[in-house]
Amino acid sequence: MIRASELNTLQYDPELCIGCEMCVIVCPHAVFAMNSRVAQLIHPEACMECGACQLNCPTGAITVESGVGCAAAMIRAALTGQKEPTCSFAQQGV
Amino acid sequence: MQISTIQPHVQPATSTITLANRWDHFLARWGVNRSGHRVETGLYALGNPTADSPVFVTANYTLSFDALRSALAGIDGYIMVLDTYGINVWCAAGKGTFGTDEVVHRLEATRLHDIVSHRLLILPQLGAAGVAAHEVKKQSGFKVEYGPVRAADLPEYLRTGQATPEMRQVRFDLGDRLTLIPVELVHVLLPMLIVTVVVFFTGGLLASAAVVAATLAGVVLFPILLPWLPTRDFSSKGFILGGVVALPFAVAVFLRNLDAAWWLRAGMALTLLLPLPSVTAYLALNFTGSTTFTSRSGVRREIFTYIPIMAWMLGIGIVLTIALSLI
Repeated sequence: MIRASELNTLQYDPELCIGCEMCVIVCPHAVFAMNSRVAQLIHPEACMECGACQLNCPTGAITVESGVGCAAAMIRAALTGQKEPTCSFAQQGV
Repeated sequence: MQISTIQPHVQPATSTITLANRWDHFLARWGVNRSGHRVETGLYALGNPTADSPVFVTANYTLSFDALRSALAGIDGYIMVLDTYGINVWCAAGKGTFGTDEVVHRLEATRLHDIVSHRLLILPQLGAAGVAAHEVKKQSGFKVEYGPVRAADLPEYLRTGQATPEMRQVRFDLGDRLTLIPVELVHVLLPMLIVTVVVFFTGGLLASAAVVAATLAGVVLFPILLPWLPTRDFSSKGFILGGVVALPFAVAVFLRNLDAAWWLRAGMALTLLLPLPSVTAYLALNFTGSTTFTSRSGVRREIFTYIPIMAWMLGIGIVLTIALSLI
């Protein structure tokens, strides 16, 4: 069993953390928690790579290859030669 | 595209969900006119807001806008609707349309700084995947505060001034999963009908009924049973569910025509037992896009691991069907 649900690319450097708590606030899976002054990874395996923490970290302490965790979009991207899988319903422009 | 007017333009909004709104929600859930469920972008006044009232930001998808305004019953405030092309907050944030640039642009277009005296925006937490709070602050002067995941928790959030850990986490409970079934069903309806008709003429009633069962297992049973199906991967869960559903049909085919040779009957059973679970597994794998917890790395790994297995099972099943029909 590959346990695909626990695979992710989340990386966090506590050295760069300034304790703003934004990652703790934005993560919908409680991956981060505050440890007195800095954030701490408590459930890295729950990360779904949405990228909210990286985007809202003002010091760049967090990196994650974010993207849609959607098989339909990725299969379509592979078949049509798209580089970045996107949701067919989230079209930009009308 | 919204044209910024000379006078700040604020439209009235209520918290009432009308029968027409409910009909619109129903159609949206069934995938009718998928990207047509839009609200006009811009600024809305809910109740009787003053310059000190809170400002809530949402997407221009009717289900998002209506969830927000109905949750805010009895609260005076402003709602700033971003242009997300009729897509919900979470998906638009992933795409970047519910994003930093659009927030900043919409602030300028609505001239919110002339309407409210404070500089605070309340965004849904799931919008954070598209918005960098510190960037919005830098570019517009407005501080972004992320409210709870669900609009329904907003009244308590406003009362206490903070979101509990519970409010900050996405759930994917039975109700959430049931809501998704209609649109999943609509997606597979046409291909399912075509395959069913083809199989009816090549394999008969039992085989075509098995196709319908395997498909419905993928789009109806799978979302319902998701947390309780054994194993962790969506595909393996799908294979197991598909196998269980296909088994009675395979047994029925095996026990039919008892005069025929056992290997012929076993072959016939395999024409169902091989391809059908892979159909269910494929549909299960596709459900990853509807969930709130699959990562891109994980899904990519599932695709590379399980798609070849599905393709082989389907291929062998089809070849076997053709071979047996020639005997």
